[in-house]
Amino acid sequence: MIAVRNVSKAFGGLQAVRDCSFDIAKGSITGLIGPNGAGKTTLFSMIAGAFKPDSGQILMGGEDITGLPTYKLFRRGLVRTFQIPREFSRMTVRENLMVVPPGQSGEVLPVNWFSAARVRKEEAAVRRRADEVLEFLQITHVADELAGHLSGGQKKLLELGRTMMTEAKVVLLDEPGAGVNPTLMNKLSDSILRLNRERGYTFCIIEHDMDLIAKLCHPVIVMAHGTVLARGSMEEVRANEQVREAYLGGASGGGR
Amino acid sequence: MIEVSGFLGYAVFFLSLAGIYGILALGLNVQWGFTGLFNIGIAGFFAVGAYTAAILTTPPSASHLGGYGLPFLAGAGAAMLLSGLLAVAIGLITLNLRTDYLAIATIGIAEIVRLVFKNEAWLTNGVRGIPGISRPWDAGALGYLGVIVAALLLVYLAIERARRSPWGRVLRAIRENEPAAEAAGKNIFRFRLEAFVFGSMIMGLGGALYAHFVGFISPEAFEPLYGTFLIWVMLIAGGSGNNRGALLGAFLIWLVWSATEIFTSRLPAELVTQAGALRVLLIGLLLQVILLLRPEGLLPEHQPKVKPAPQSKE
Repeated sequence: MIAVRNVSKAFGGLQAVRDCSFDIAKGSITGLIGPNGAGKTTLFSMIAGAFKPDSGQILMGGEDITGLPTYKLFRRGLVRTFQIPREFSRMTVRENLMVVPPGQSGEVLPVNWFSAARVRKEEAAVRRRADEVLEFLQITHVADELAGHLSGGQKKLLELGRTMMTEAKVVLLDEPGAGVNPTLMNKLSDSILRLNRERGYTFCIIEHDMDLIAKLCHPVIVMAHGTVLARGSMEEVRANEQVREAYLGGASGGGR
Repeated sequence: MIEVSGFLGYAVFFLSLAGIYGILALGLNVQWGFTGLFNIGIAGFFAVGAYTAAILTTPPSASHLGGYGLPFLAGAGAAMLLSGLLAVAIGLITLNLRTDYLAIATIGIAEIVRLVFKNEAWLTNGVRGIPGISRPWDAGALGYLGVIVAALLLVYLAIERARRSPWGRVLRAIRENEPAAEAAGKNIFRFRLEAFVFGSMIMGLGGALYAHFVGFISPEAFEPLYGTFLIWVMLIAGGSGNNRGALLGAFLIWLVWSATEIFTSRLPAELVTQAGALRVLLIGLLLQVILLLRPEGLLPEHQPKVKPAPQSKE
């Protein structure tokens, strides 16, 4: 689905990503782990079009998407969330969702003045969809709250919710579990599994919580120093000596 | 034609200018209030609108370009068009940059516009200005107030509809968090340019209405104090992002500004110029007090309600 080919990126003298190659298989939930500073988020940002790689190629379904702007990738069904939630704080939770669907005719200014009925009809449909997502994530009770007032965990759910407002094919989740309490965490991982099974989303997840990775992800890709160190199932990766040294610090696997 | 004088005459004069400032504040609200575009060159678009209307509608004159004698509505339309074109040119260059660059560019361009109008005498008669801009439809002062109020109402309704629309929602999303709006598939540049141009066109309309109201324009009227600073105070004090707030702010700040003028004009001659500077200080102080007591302005932004979908399922 997504193929990363020999991608490199440097910021000044810091080589953040070095000759990195891997695939994200269609329909998989691929985990991306590695110590802090391994280049995971940089790689995500390049796949999602936030900036261009210095060299290398990124393919989606066989087509070259290297360096396309984010909004064009979004239209192809490639969606990302952020490590630190980026909600629209002074907009309601429902509005945060309603802003997402592409191709709303009311996004063309004059249409709102001259075809108001059409916009109203579309708005009702978009709102219905937003309410379904709120229900799916079980946050209907905060629909009319300003998003800035939500708890950290609820913001994470909202991030995930935004990816559900479009016909996503590939969703990149950057640390969806960080700062989320265990109850909410279960809800979050259940939602991810359901989206994967029921809607056929392909996921790629950056996460430091090894339990979450073990529960959700196959395969797991380990990055260190800007490049791929190992890949395989969680057990294989845990058993890998290099990975232990680089990441798990030689401790017996499991836990954080 | 009804002519009014005395207190009523002053009230009509006051309300007309308050209405024109209201239109300018609404234009700024589209740019800053909705989208977060930092335009501190309002005076430039205001001036382009006023001069366009003046040149296109006045009778022939040897001292400036003109003699087209076009009707009021054509002049006002052209004023909006030219202000919009200027905004497209500025926007294409600056809107890809960070917010502060737009601020620098707009303040510079507003001054350039004013200096061009001041120095290109063949076009504008320079500092001596363009006189004889008549009110449309032989309207008296009261009738023209009606024209201004009608324009204000139209602009208000158009902008309020825009604010509640999906278009306005995208603008607010961009204001709140640009990377997230981009990650939600929005072409940020397109929306920012549209908001900038739309707001500037409304400022151009304000300029046209102003030209026909005072009947005489010269570059002095478009100095940053009157053309930009006061309008910013109006929007911030009234409530950025709230269209009624913008109107309330325009009315109240213009009231304070006019009332202090009545007071200062009675001072002895040697104190009048100093008092002028004090008025600006007073407005600045007033803004500080409002921001301390009500940081979001007198009427804070509120979220538009979306009607619940009719329950079709079950």
